Amino acid sequence: MVVSTRLQDYDGPILECRNLSISYFTRAGEIPAVVDFNLTLNKGDSVGLVGESGCGKSTVAMAIMQYLGNNGGIVGGEVIYKGIDLASLSREELRQLRGNEIAMIYQEPMAALNPSMRLGQQLMEVPLCHEEITEKEAYERAVEILAAVNLPDPERVMNSYPHQISGGQQQRVVIAMALLSNPSLLLLDEPTTALDVTVEAGIVELIGQIAERFDTSMIYISHNLGLILATCDRVNVMYSGVVVEHGTVEEVFDHMRHPYTKGLFSCIPLPGADKTAHPLVPIRGQLPLPHERPVGCYFAPRCDFFQEGVCDRAIERGTIPMATVDDRSGHEVRCLRWQEIDWESYRPEGLSGESVTSGEVVLSVREMRKYYELADNSLVALIRGKRVRYVKANERISFDARECETVAIVGESGCGKSTFAKVLMGLETASDGEVVFKDQEIGKLPVQKRSPAQIGSMQMIFQNPFDTLNPSHTVGAQLARVIKKFGVETDKDKIQERVIQLLDLVKLPREFARRRPRQLSGGQKQRVGIARAFAGNPAMVVADEPVSALDVSVQAAITGLLMEIQRSYRTTLLFISHDLSLVRYLADRVVVMYLGQIMEQGTTDEVFSPPYHPYTEALLSAVPIADTSIEKKRIILEGNLPSVMNPPRGCPFHTRCPRKIGRICEAEPPPFVEAAPGHVILCHIPMDELRRVDPVFVQTAKDKSAAE
Amino acid sequence: MTDIAAPVPAREPTLLRLLKGILLLRESTVGMIGAGLVLFWVLMAIFADLIAPFPPNATIYPLAMPGTTVPEIGTFWLGTDHIGRDILSRIIHGSRQVLLYAPLATFCAYMVGIPMGLAAGYRRGMTDDVLSFIANVILSFPVLVLYIIIIATIGASAANIVIAVTFASAPGIFRIVRGLVLDLRNREYVFAAETRGETPWRIMLIEILPNARGPLIVDACLRVGYVIITIGVLGFLGLGLPPPDPDWGGMINETRQMAMTFPHMTVFPCIAISSLVLGFNLLADGLREVSLRD
Repeated sequence: MVVSTRLQDYDGPILECRNLSISYFTRAGEIPAVVDFNLTLNKGDSVGLVGESGCGKSTVAMAIMQYLGNNGGIVGGEVIYKGIDLASLSREELRQLRGNEIAMIYQEPMAALNPSMRLGQQLMEVPLCHEEITEKEAYERAVEILAAVNLPDPERVMNSYPHQISGGQQQRVVIAMALLSNPSLLLLDEPTTALDVTVEAGIVELIGQIAERFDTSMIYISHNLGLILATCDRVNVMYSGVVVEHGTVEEVFDHMRHPYTKGLFSCIPLPGADKTAHPLVPIRGQLPLPHERPVGCYFAPRCDFFQEGVCDRAIERGTIPMATVDDRSGHEVRCLRWQEIDWESYRPEGLSGESVTSGEVVLSVREMRKYYELADNSLVALIRGKRVRYVKANERISFDARECETVAIVGESGCGKSTFAKVLMGLETASDGEVVFKDQEIGKLPVQKRSPAQIGSMQMIFQNPFDTLNPSHTVGAQLARVIKKFGVETDKDKIQERVIQLLDLVKLPREFARRRPRQLSGGQKQRVGIARAFAGNPAMVVADEPVSALDVSVQAAITGLLMEIQRSYRTTLLFISHDLSLVRYLADRVVVMYLGQIMEQGTTDEVFSPPYHPYTEALLSAVPIADTSIEKKRIILEGNLPSVMNPPRGCPFHTRCPRKIGRICEAEPPPFVEAAPGHVILCHIPMDELRRVDPVFVQTAKDKSAAE
Repeated sequence: MTDIAAPVPAREPTLLRLLKGILLLRESTVGMIGAGLVLFWVLMAIFADLIAPFPPNATIYPLAMPGTTVPEIGTFWLGTDHIGRDILSRIIHGSRQVLLYAPLATFCAYMVGIPMGLAAGYRRGMTDDVLSFIANVILSFPVLVLYIIIIATIGASAANIVIAVTFASAPGIFRIVRGLVLDLRNREYVFAAETRGETPWRIMLIEILPNARGPLIVDACLRVGYVIITIGVLGFLGLGLPPPDPDWGGMINETRQMAMTFPHMTVFPCIAISSLVLGFNLLADGLREVSLRD
């Protein structure tokens, strides 16, 4: 109890990291993960750590918790919590701090909760462990905190097991657990990455309230700049183990000085801007491995402002020092040339965005249904004699896709978009309706009955780059197999030639043909995945979240590559995604799905501006946007996503709809209403009323000079 | 840039890659000890004729204690048995039997278990139900009873031991393979293969099986060890290889009634069995350790 008494009545900065350096020790030797990290966190402040995977942001969090594991250690600098150097504390003293003074929230809520314990028990453990308190008091505290994180019916949650509540609710419970002992410091490591956008919006709103309601300081770790803007006051941009830029969110977002920060912002599509006005600019090259960092500035090999003799000069302490941009706001940048760079005249070569004319209809889906049969063993079913129930994975799907067009299918998990992809690919067959692809009906044709030409002309790009290639075979062998299978080439030498062509197409070095997937980075694997999909000169490619598992800078490059190949081959791209910013950027037409049904479809501009379907409106408002000049409407959806096993009657969205008009929504399925030719909305609300809705995004005229 | 004539270099020869894999084992001390023990017995088996001081089945000098030197005949380092055969020579020659039939039986068991496991795990449904039921029925018999029934029915011979071991081990292998396949079949590369219309057997053998090899190799090493014990037990029960050829289990059986008076006759064959089994177990541990690192 010594530590806690020392911590009382303390009023200085909650946390200070001074010149912190962290290394991991492996067979290959010492690997410096984080170098020269400085941070000061005052009471009630929230600081964001943003960067791509491998930049050391999670390592910093672990170091603050003094929880680096066996092979990691702090090799320099210090972590000072409320005036106490954490390195000086014993194991027992640290245990008192963790969970009590410093709490951490992880990415996977399901992994953070014990599946075999009731949530109430798990919540009560925290105060019972850290304080002398009776069970009754602990129970009351737990119920109180559950209500504070906006969980409906806390008593029921207390009595539930983790699997009985939804992912978003689980994360709320984890946050409640972290807040239970009223910690002074909260570390959040990508707390919403595993959640759907509409659920994420609710959690982000909650996190934004924590600081003022509980007077807690926060460190928010994320790869998403939009989320940082929504939750933090200050931000640290990290690259390859060092903070490259630090300052208030407004300073860094509006007047960034470091070329990497600039690059990061150019990589993300903003839903306010279209592709010609705001082209994506990928950062070239790759993040260096920690033991392969260049001499001098770590970003030098990828920087457009690299100057020989300045940026690559060896520096005694390992990294270049931080330079102060603005003393008052504490804006700092780790760049040697920040004063020389002329951002005004800097026009990087973006991805070409000229639009193309679409051609004939390639894919035509009419009233397609996909039901899964499920044996119902319940007593009710036995009595009624209905032993089979149907899961309506896809209901009344109708749309067209034209040559060279990009059609995006948007929706949250469980909306049936993957089932639809499976039907297209022939892994499942449609229960009803028709799917006409290049004048041939394929909806009821399983892949085994399709001809090689049919299979080759419709291929798929998968989501997970680490899973998309078979780890046992070389890249070349896997590409060669596809070429042979589709009958593109039969001669052995010709096949090898085609493999090389494909590698050239996706801009990979030719010697990659010999490599095995584990020797490739995530982005490179995804490039091979694209090459594989285009091996049979497809007329249509289905891309199931092809970039969602990649880092932002890689995402931009892969997206650009995909668009480029698609244009040159005049391929139809069916882009399945939940990332509306990206969809806005690359899609020509958008189909919004909810619980297996299409709620709205139309051209991208139509869908992204009023009239909206209420669900589309909620989805759009949930997208985190990394632009301080855009103001968006806040719509937080209440309730859980209903199960497809038991979908609501009438309009499937009525249970969560903020614009529900009454009985009719519960009783009758919504009608098809054409807002414009081709722009279809399924809603009971009269079109005139929908037209009067304000747009979700509003560009505010911001006085740029005021911030200077 | 578009110089398409550039050849794709040939991949490394399989043998070289195998050698590199074996060299990785150096990083595990336990694995190296295991590999040493196994290698020791393999060399014994190969060069048995050169190493063994006496012919294995010759009656030379009965009831000699270990280390007895008989003038003009030689030294019996591990003594002789009740009918005067040199125990060291019999153990050395006996390693041939064990190291031939144990891996062979294990191999046969895998040849049966792998296709069954692949089919059940990949196709699921009825195939899985039927195959799993058969496997469970076999597994529900006490193994020893099963062996006795099989050998007693079809007779004791080397081939029949292989058959019996295959029959009894295949269900266990089936379950391991099935479990691995159930996980691997959901990988996106399997979906990719399905969407390009590959046949099920190609998907199972080319896309899935190679990725299950790590756990299977480790299991095979452990299993060879168990099969050695099994062969020993069968020999001990008199159901092993027909005499007079030396068989470690048989040697223990023949001399067990004299074990109190002449312990060397039973102890040394026991040590031989244990050391070889231990060798395979340690090798399996080492392989697992190495495979778990990056």
